[in-house]
Amino acid sequence: MKTFKKAKSIVAAIVLGLGVSQVQASDQSLLNSSYDIARELFASYNEHFAQYWQEKTGQTVEIRQSHGGSSRQAQAIIEGLRADVVTFNQVTDIDILHQRGKLVPADWREQLPNASSPYYSTMAYLVREGNPKNIQNWDDLAHEDVSSVFPNPKTSGNGRYTYLAAYGYAQQAFPEDQDAIDSFVRTFLNRVAVFDTGGRGATTTFVERGIGDVLITFESEVNNILAEFPDQNFEVVVPKVSFLAEFPVAVVERHAQRNGNLELARAYLEELYSEDAQRLLAGFNYRVHNEVVQQEFSEQFPEVELLTIEQIAGSWDSAMEVHFASGGKLDQLQRR
Amino acid sequence: MSLAITSAISLNPSKRVLPGFALSLGISLLFISLILLLPITGLLLQTAGMSWNEYWSVISDPRVVASYKVTLWAAAWASAFNGVVGLLLAWVLVRYEFPGKRIVDALMDLPFALPTAVAGITLSALFAENGWYGSILAEAGIKVAFTPLGIIVAMSFTSLPFVVRTVQPVLEDLAVEDEEAAISMGGSDLTVFRRVIFPSLWPALLTGIALSFTRSLGEFGAVIFIAGNMPYVSEITSLMIFIRLQEFDYAAASAIASVVLLASLILLFLINIWQAFYLRRIHGR
Repeated sequence: MKTFKKAKSIVAAIVLGLGVSQVQASDQSLLNSSYDIARELFASYNEHFAQYWQEKTGQTVEIRQSHGGSSRQAQAIIEGLRADVVTFNQVTDIDILHQRGKLVPADWREQLPNASSPYYSTMAYLVREGNPKNIQNWDDLAHEDVSSVFPNPKTSGNGRYTYLAAYGYAQQAFPEDQDAIDSFVRTFLNRVAVFDTGGRGATTTFVERGIGDVLITFESEVNNILAEFPDQNFEVVVPKVSFLAEFPVAVVERHAQRNGNLELARAYLEELYSEDAQRLLAGFNYRVHNEVVQQEFSEQFPEVELLTIEQIAGSWDSAMEVHFASGGKLDQLQRR
Repeated sequence: MSLAITSAISLNPSKRVLPGFALSLGISLLFISLILLLPITGLLLQTAGMSWNEYWSVISDPRVVASYKVTLWAAAWASAFNGVVGLLLAWVLVRYEFPGKRIVDALMDLPFALPTAVAGITLSALFAENGWYGSILAEAGIKVAFTPLGIIVAMSFTSLPFVVRTVQPVLEDLAVEDEEAAISMGGSDLTVFRRVIFPSLWPALLTGIALSFTRSLGEFGAVIFIAGNMPYVSEITSLMIFIRLQEFDYAAASAIASVVLLASLILLFLINIWQAFYLRRIHGR
């Protein structure tokens, strides 16, 4: 808690410093609070948006970015960080902005197309050179000789998505057979070699320490790792069925209003759905809804049946309660 | 006896260097309250909203109990290892002169200076099966990284200075005359060590081991990167606390933390009592 507060005050100081120095330079400024690994993505999008906004309104705009674990970012906003928009990687982190402080409207999911998720991704596999264990789908991960690496679902959203993807696969494979579903997911969890606390830790374990036959993480991350370590000749496998990982966005209306930014903030998020922006997002290995861009990038994104949280667990609230709460399904399946 | 009296007298004036007993004691107590007691009270207050049954079910959850066992065993092995190696290091640093001694002496504090997460990442890189040590150990069929053994390695690394730094000053003050007398009376090396040196060192050594143990109970940063964190096998209690915090369940986190705190306090208290008893016996005071 203490380090968190400290981090917050550092962020605030940086933000303040930037704000002061750039007041004269731009007509308007906007603060985007985002998740950890989206720094480059939004740096690139901000450039695009600033240009678009100037052409449209003749005004210059300065967009400031704040990045961190998205749950912590949400906490910081609840505690007073005056972000105008949030671009997160977990629906629950925006929900909490409504639940604790009514900072976003209850129907924020209906404010923008595709449930306010301009881009999405799914859980994919990174396997070692030549895919020696021939890993193609979730059932291959339950084999006795396969060991997998993904972050702990208890401490990481990334890990939760992986768990839900495997669970959703099992629901399809063993319809109406709860025992078979449980036993599959239990075996799947037993094949994990190391449970790191976060996504980056799991990547290090798989890539640098050489642990495990497969790393499971976001498709976007898998492709980034592939590009980052070309000499390791990893291969990407996208399973036939996986989980729809949404990247939701919302205007923090309470704050944007106070900052006099409501219109700008809305435009900032709406522009994410434009063809140019969608192309930019696809370039960062995220899947998008724009059909023209989908066509252009069709080779990069193999077909996959995406299961939604509603299909797997009804809703995020019930997923958290049934699966991830203390003593929930996950705990039961990990019990010895 | 006379030694005790002279030291008591010589100590007296130094007490007056600081102004006023009331003032200095007052500041000390205020400091202890603000820095130690208040946070501990805060911790215990977090659990106040729980009923006894809730508290018990949190701290006796099978996975949490498994983590106590892992943590206690690993901390015990780590501090025992540190007891032996720390004594050896302190001995070498006090009794021998060799080039680079000051550098080695300074290096002893490195585990304290290094951020524990850095230590954890470095150790897991070294001990992973593709690391420098790990690849050699793997040939012998020993896995360290991502096993409970890795936890011991990380704990022992981060808490080694406790033993060295508590034993070192006592060893420096040890009168060489006592040893010489023992040798001149025909004592063998082993006997001199066992009957003359060790009894004087033992209280300090035990304190060092106990500090090393309690520090290991709470270690998080270094352990988390090398442990593998498998449920029931290599999860430490600090991770259980961390998980509860991630769930925004501060009460449950505090409940588990209170168990660690209580274990540490009891241990330190027992060691203090035993030490007082032991010192009274060997010094006859």
